[in-house]
Amino acid sequence: MTTETAQERWVGRALKRKEDPRLITGKGKYVDDIRLPGMLYAALVRSTEAHARIVSVDASGALKREGVVAVLTGEDLQFESGLPMAWVPPGVEVNAPDHWPLARGEVNHVGDPVAVVLGDDRYAVVDAAEDVIVELDPLPVVTDIRAAMEEGSPLVHEQLGTNVSHRWSLGGGDVEAGLAQADVVVEREVVNHRIAGAPIEPRGVIADYRAGNLVLYSSTQVPHFLKLFLSLMLGMSEERIRVIAPEVGGGFGSKLQIYGEEILLAAVSRRLGRPVKWIETRSENLAVSHHGRDQIAHVRMGATRDGKITALHAEITADMGAYLMLLTPVIPSLGAFVMSGCYAIPNVQTDIVGVFTNKMATDAIRGAGRPEATHMIEICLEQLAAELGMDPLELRRRNFIPADSFPATTTLGIVYDSGNYEGTLDKLLEHIDPAQVRAEAQGLRERGIYRGIGFSTYTEICGLAPSRVVGPGGVGLQTGLWESALVRVDLTGAVTVYTGTSPHGQGHETGFAQIVADKLGVTPDTVRLIHGDTETGPVGKGTYGSRTLAVGGEAIAKAADKVAAKAAQIVAHALEAAPEDIEVSGGKFAVKGAPSKGMTLAEVAGAAYIAADLPPGMEPGLEETAFYDPENFVFPFGAHAAVVDVDVETGKVKIARYVAVDDCGPAINPLLIDGQVHGGIVFAVGQVFFEHVRYDEAGQLLAGNFVTYGLPSAPDVPTFETDRTETPSPTNSLGVKGIGEAGTIAASAALVNAVIDALRPLGVTYLNMPLAPERVWSAIAHAGTDNGGAA
Amino acid sequence: MAPHVEISLTVNGERHTSEVEPRLLLVHYLREHLGLTGTHVGCDTSSCGACTVHLDGEAVKSCTILAVQCDGGAVTTIEGLAREDALHPVQEAFWENHGLQCGYCTPGMIMAAADLLKRVPAPSEGEVREALAGNLCRCTGYHNIVKAVMAAAEADHGDVRPPTPPDAAYETGEALKGGIGA
Repeated sequence: MTTETAQERWVGRALKRKEDPRLITGKGKYVDDIRLPGMLYAALVRSTEAHARIVSVDASGALKREGVVAVLTGEDLQFESGLPMAWVPPGVEVNAPDHWPLARGEVNHVGDPVAVVLGDDRYAVVDAAEDVIVELDPLPVVTDIRAAMEEGSPLVHEQLGTNVSHRWSLGGGDVEAGLAQADVVVEREVVNHRIAGAPIEPRGVIADYRAGNLVLYSSTQVPHFLKLFLSLMLGMSEERIRVIAPEVGGGFGSKLQIYGEEILLAAVSRRLGRPVKWIETRSENLAVSHHGRDQIAHVRMGATRDGKITALHAEITADMGAYLMLLTPVIPSLGAFVMSGCYAIPNVQTDIVGVFTNKMATDAIRGAGRPEATHMIEICLEQLAAELGMDPLELRRRNFIPADSFPATTTLGIVYDSGNYEGTLDKLLEHIDPAQVRAEAQGLRERGIYRGIGFSTYTEICGLAPSRVVGPGGVGLQTGLWESALVRVDLTGAVTVYTGTSPHGQGHETGFAQIVADKLGVTPDTVRLIHGDTETGPVGKGTYGSRTLAVGGEAIAKAADKVAAKAAQIVAHALEAAPEDIEVSGGKFAVKGAPSKGMTLAEVAGAAYIAADLPPGMEPGLEETAFYDPENFVFPFGAHAAVVDVDVETGKVKIARYVAVDDCGPAINPLLIDGQVHGGIVFAVGQVFFEHVRYDEAGQLLAGNFVTYGLPSAPDVPTFETDRTETPSPTNSLGVKGIGEAGTIAASAALVNAVIDALRPLGVTYLNMPLAPERVWSAIAHAGTDNGGAA
Repeated sequence: MAPHVEISLTVNGERHTSEVEPRLLLVHYLREHLGLTGTHVGCDTSSCGACTVHLDGEAVKSCTILAVQCDGGAVTTIEGLAREDALHPVQEAFWENHGLQCGYCTPGMIMAAADLLKRVPAPSEGEVREALAGNLCRCTGYHNIVKAVMAAAEADHGDVRPPTPPDAAYETGEALKGGIGA
């Protein structure tokens, strides 16, 4: 550490990551990299039918194989409770069917696990799983949400007597009155199809139960929640359970779950007295890691002739799949809270109905309800602009919540913390000139290439979450969503920070080190972050919902502030100054106005631990814990523009340019922000053009590997142009918001709007995702012959 | 279980002789038999490229080749890519340019990129993107990966600061300073 570097402020700098050295040299430790002595391997026997009664399971052939130790079914393992669903909205009935780690009596989707094979060889258990003969008596299948709601439809869960899981509404004003005031109303069916999280690391679990204690390694985003539910489902006292999320290879919401395999492996390890490993195959990942989206929305948006939006109504039918997992039914509601987007709309209403089908459950996938809401708003807004004959950016400007009106209470009663929507849009237009794009489009058209430009101006709700709002008496989540931190200064002045958040690629180790370095007058290289281990720090809530910095980072800032306050007292005592005159400056806790008079953190720590001369009554040591429950959510926002070229001969779309201006408050590390934005945009590119978890009418999965479920690859996307504005949030002391989901939330509408814009001259006026070449080509071919090629 | 077969191959410069099942995939040989867990498995269909290693100097997907097919061959994995005194320029560039987030695809991505730069020392952006089409990343949106590979290509032409020794990379004090202002 040198004085020179210590004098600088670390927050705000594009520091390269502390995580990377181990990851670029192959030294990261993911679940599958861990091998324990005596460890067994598990393979799951899964349903090949979408809906069936289990008649019998014959494991005799499997058990004859060398190295196979056991085959267990749902009848063999007892649990204290079923897999959890954490949403109990006050006043709303939610039909939650039983859901067990191994199916009992009935399977409800392809991939539903029926039995587990345990053995001491990784390949042999897979062979043995194929030898398990499962007799299934097929039951009627329903995979289409509309069919599932019809009278006489097959029921996914006979005992519920309905395929409807729940109905939930949120509104403000009077949408019918608002629509009546409109001169123009657009009415569209907005389809947001089913996608997968598809992190490149599939899930993995190792359970190690020995001498009454359980250690469970899982590639999870939520180790602390997992510990709780292991305790509840296994009937084990919580202090005997330790959950470790080691290096986690991406999550995107798909690892924000309590999965049957996690509970199952713990139960099996307890029963057999040996550690057990299970690593999900990619085929399993696409079949049985929860999916996302899968909503059909009937949206009506009305405006006066001069472009004032009078009402927005979204009626959402949401596919739950076969079971309600941790947050399945509440996901569409997350979008409803920001259904008015960044606009002042006097009448807004969202009505949601959840429907069971014989498919894998849906749940949180990057954005979780907010990409769907933003897609509805931004697509319908550009449809409205076209009908009004108004520039789509002008229509936006006429409806933006003005920058001088924050904090702004929306029609829905939500208080947006801060915003400057005009500002991000103005900045966007510094980078891209729509008039120039349209001029270029004229020239390209002669070559059969149709160029279009589309926009998306969004705000989202994140920083999950104020516990009083989302908890049992509010939205109805059966938990608080505060965050915790412990900042420990070692004797030598090195700093270890423990967070309850749990990263899987975001760069917490770097960004959090920057925050703490500034607070304590050290350099980030001497600040180490410990995460993802329930035994090493205070209880936390995990990483999802763009919450980590705004909630977890603020908890760390508070803990570091406490450490700094104690340090100031120690320094004041040693230097005979007043504690309030001590400030962090030049790498020291120094006396204001006398920067040469001060102590480094190492000197302070020395005094704190040797404890020979502390202020009277002060405890020795130098570490502090903080819990932080935010007062409000945070609302990042931004303006994105996409330029696409459509080859009308083939229907293939090329992204020519993509420009993103985002505002997530003051940057802690701009490098990390850009990385999140790039990845977020491409997540949406995947949904718009390539990815679709399709099932056939029999409930067979048609996209069960990376050949049939196509992720975007490097040639499919352009280099991105990104910029930022910084509007601080008043919600937390750092002023920060969140950026993990913003790109995904914004981008699908910008891209689809661009394709529609490109094809408007051909008579195509509306399109739904996914925009595979065939759909685009068909829309062009049928333009003018039906609803503008609406797909 | 089929009878085991003896194979002998060089991995990261070290000679190994092993008895293996004929069906054993190279990636599992590396990971399970040799403990080289830097090479990852991300799919069942040779689609994702997380398992990319070099076999006799060329990039291969180690989930799609049997260990017995590599008998007599020479394999380089991510663990063997850094030279004794320095990170490989592609490793260095991935770090410098934030070319990774969760890190799971990274070893395969780096091995594929290193293979490209050996064949095409000064690729265009389009050539980099095409060359990496068989390596999937879910985190970065490829932007910074492409930037890193282009930067590594330039570094190989000798106009950047000296590379970081691998051990020093873990002692990030000095190295962190180098990354400011990207």
